Amino acid sequence: MSTTEESIMAPEHASAQGKGGSVAYFIDDRLASANFTKRLLDKVFPDHWSFMLGEIALYSFIVLLLSGTYLTLWFNPSMTEVIYNGSYVPLKGVKMSEAFSSTLTISFDVRGGLLIRQIHHWAALFFVAAVSVHLLRVFFTGAFRKPREINWVIGTLLLVLALLEGFSGYSLPDDLLSGTGLRIAQGIIQAIPLVGTYVSMFLFGGEFPGTSIMPRLYSIHILLIPGILLALITVHLIMVFYQKHTQFPGPGRTESNVVGFRLFPIYMAKAGGFFFVVFGITVLIAAFVTINPIWLYGPYTPSQVTAGSQPDWYIGFLDGAVRLMPNLETSLLGHTISWNIIVPALVVPGIMFTALGLYPWIEAWATGDKREHHLLDRPRNAPTRTGLGVMALTFYMILQVAGGNDVIAAAFNLSINSMTWTFRFLLFALPPVAFVITKRICLGLQRRDNDKLLHGYETGRVLRLPSGEFLEIHEPIGEVERAKILAKPDVIPMELPASVDANGVRNPKAAKSVMRAKLSQWFYSDVIPTPTDEELQEAANHAQHELHAAQSHIKEIASH
Amino acid sequence: MALSKRHPAALFAVLAVALGTTGAAYAAVSAQTTPKAVVLSETQVEQGKQLFLTGCSSCHGLAAQGGSDGPSLLGVGAAAVDFQVGTGRMPLAAPGVQAMPSMPSYNAEETAALAAFIATLGVGPAIPTQEMLDTSDAELALGGELFRTNCAQCHGAAGTGGALSQGRVAPNLMNSDAKYLYEAMVSGPQSMPLFSNQTLTEQDKKDIIAYVEELQKNISPGGATLGRLGPVTEGLFLFIAGLGVLIVAAVWIGAKSK
Repeated sequence: MSTTEESIMAPEHASAQGKGGSVAYFIDDRLASANFTKRLLDKVFPDHWSFMLGEIALYSFIVLLLSGTYLTLWFNPSMTEVIYNGSYVPLKGVKMSEAFSSTLTISFDVRGGLLIRQIHHWAALFFVAAVSVHLLRVFFTGAFRKPREINWVIGTLLLVLALLEGFSGYSLPDDLLSGTGLRIAQGIIQAIPLVGTYVSMFLFGGEFPGTSIMPRLYSIHILLIPGILLALITVHLIMVFYQKHTQFPGPGRTESNVVGFRLFPIYMAKAGGFFFVVFGITVLIAAFVTINPIWLYGPYTPSQVTAGSQPDWYIGFLDGAVRLMPNLETSLLGHTISWNIIVPALVVPGIMFTALGLYPWIEAWATGDKREHHLLDRPRNAPTRTGLGVMALTFYMILQVAGGNDVIAAAFNLSINSMTWTFRFLLFALPPVAFVITKRICLGLQRRDNDKLLHGYETGRVLRLPSGEFLEIHEPIGEVERAKILAKPDVIPMELPASVDANGVRNPKAAKSVMRAKLSQWFYSDVIPTPTDEELQEAANHAQHELHAAQSHIKEIASH
Repeated sequence: MALSKRHPAALFAVLAVALGTTGAAYAAVSAQTTPKAVVLSETQVEQGKQLFLTGCSSCHGLAAQGGSDGPSLLGVGAAAVDFQVGTGRMPLAAPGVQAMPSMPSYNAEETAALAAFIATLGVGPAIPTQEMLDTSDAELALGGELFRTNCAQCHGAAGTGGALSQGRVAPNLMNSDAKYLYEAMVSGPQSMPLFSNQTLTEQDKKDIIAYVEELQKNISPGGATLGRLGPVTEGLFLFIAGLGVLIVAAVWIGAKSK
């Protein structure tokens, strides 16, 4: 038997190179991981404020983990009925679940408890908001395109999980508002055809509300979903690392490089600093602004309900969809099919999130674009995508606003009934209008870009010639802006396939391909071509000439 | 960089201060005064009748029997009159889905006279005495339970009001007098159900009033209340103030690299 000798000493260092050097040495002396650490610390990230939206989500998640852990030390997810005897007088002697009573204890009797509860709740709202805004950034800049489709799907999953995590947390205090929300969730589950009632009985361990739901939600809220979230966030970030971050077009930025700063020290400082900004602002808001004052809502009892019962903002669109849906039910073989619940609460979100997750492939299929993309699109340069995005966002916003219809009605003296009908109408009328308007704005901006390339920017200096003519002096735009505008990608719509081939034989796949090609041409319709080099040269000459003429006029005026 | 250059956030800071000062000043000036209750007197019946014939009979009928424009007032009691007239809901400013509170058209004496007159037309709930409104022996927690069971579905758990169908509203109770709270419960104005002493005993009503008065103190251990309107204003605040500030911070951090 032969043995292999292995050195336990870390390799000798050559010389300190790069800013990551000293840190890398420290770790390398212990883990012999210089190569990996250096690659990690030298990783280059492009700079743009919108790339930090995802960071807000990540940092809120960390705040959630920290504050949530503190809350678990006192929260008791039990539905056992107790009589409250804590320090909040208006609820003294009231019967409530231990879940609610322990939340009151956290709010009034645990040092810093209310602050931590409010930090946790505000951070939850921040988390979902940041995830959503980050998603919009990725969508509108086309960062989801090949090769990043899988990360887009992970992002979509993270959003769905964030909604579930948020809702389960919202339900835990067992106050009047969260109990009402849970009751609605149970109604939605019951509306699932065939299995709804069974699923509901299984989840709640019997009839609503039972005594099992709180402990179960608790396990889901503090263990299951956060675990999956953490794992998926890790994969999400590793993939950003591995595939490298996308960048906006600019001077020296190509499809095959990343221009920016290294992780160490610039990004460490920036990201580390931003973490404290996010944490700090969350704490400030939590310290000064009440969220979810459960002591006002009181303990949940199925016989009670409060006006203005709303979920947290991220479930608002679902609530809005349910509020807008007309009251339709059919009876089939002794079973009730509640279209009024199935459609808005199951079909609509089902379609929304499926379309969201599959969008990279939908767009690639529709455009026939199978290339890799590492340079981002400026939203104006993808007018159809931007239009579709704004269209979807409009649809979502109407549902969101409809979810708060009673609060809006009370605040602005409006009639809920007329609001409902208005929103029903707008839900179908406004998104297409938003699409058209957005697309026209994008095309207008593209024309403006071309105009800037060809004629420079308006300096605001107006010159009056001896002849009486006024002219404004234009000057060429800067190098950065020029590179940004010139980076507009060429779009190649698919060509219509011939319905018969060269031998006159009918192409059986033609009909399908024609449809797809037409879709591609629709997606890329209204192309505004970037000026060619000749056009640019000619325009530059013209501008030079004009500038000379203007300057000679100025000299002439000065000499008189 | 020139020293005189203003900080980019300066404009927002000035705007915020200006808007905040104006809002606070307006809120201080527009604070409402509530009319004081007066003791009913039988001698006022005749005066009340004259006032009724002049100001109310065109809708409610000469004998208060009601008509196409207004309901019968027979048996509504003095409490209903005191509530409707005392809070300025009656006389109706304009036909609409609901009479809204406004500046009372009658002074305390005239209101008492009208109430006394209507009370002679049929048996109905009387204006509550001071003793009926005395909440010193009320049970706060029980009042809260009763409030959440009977009132919260329209007025909201925090009593900040809510929308009903067709533009009707359950009003905000944060500035309501104990007397009017009581009268509303016994007379059931507008869309509100009537809570007789069989439904809610006098003690129950007292407990509820005590709880509403507790809510009116607007004690908020968690900080600014955002109007106590629930997740809608919380979400709005999050996006405008919270995420807005973070995005400004992101832009700032992003811009510093140049």
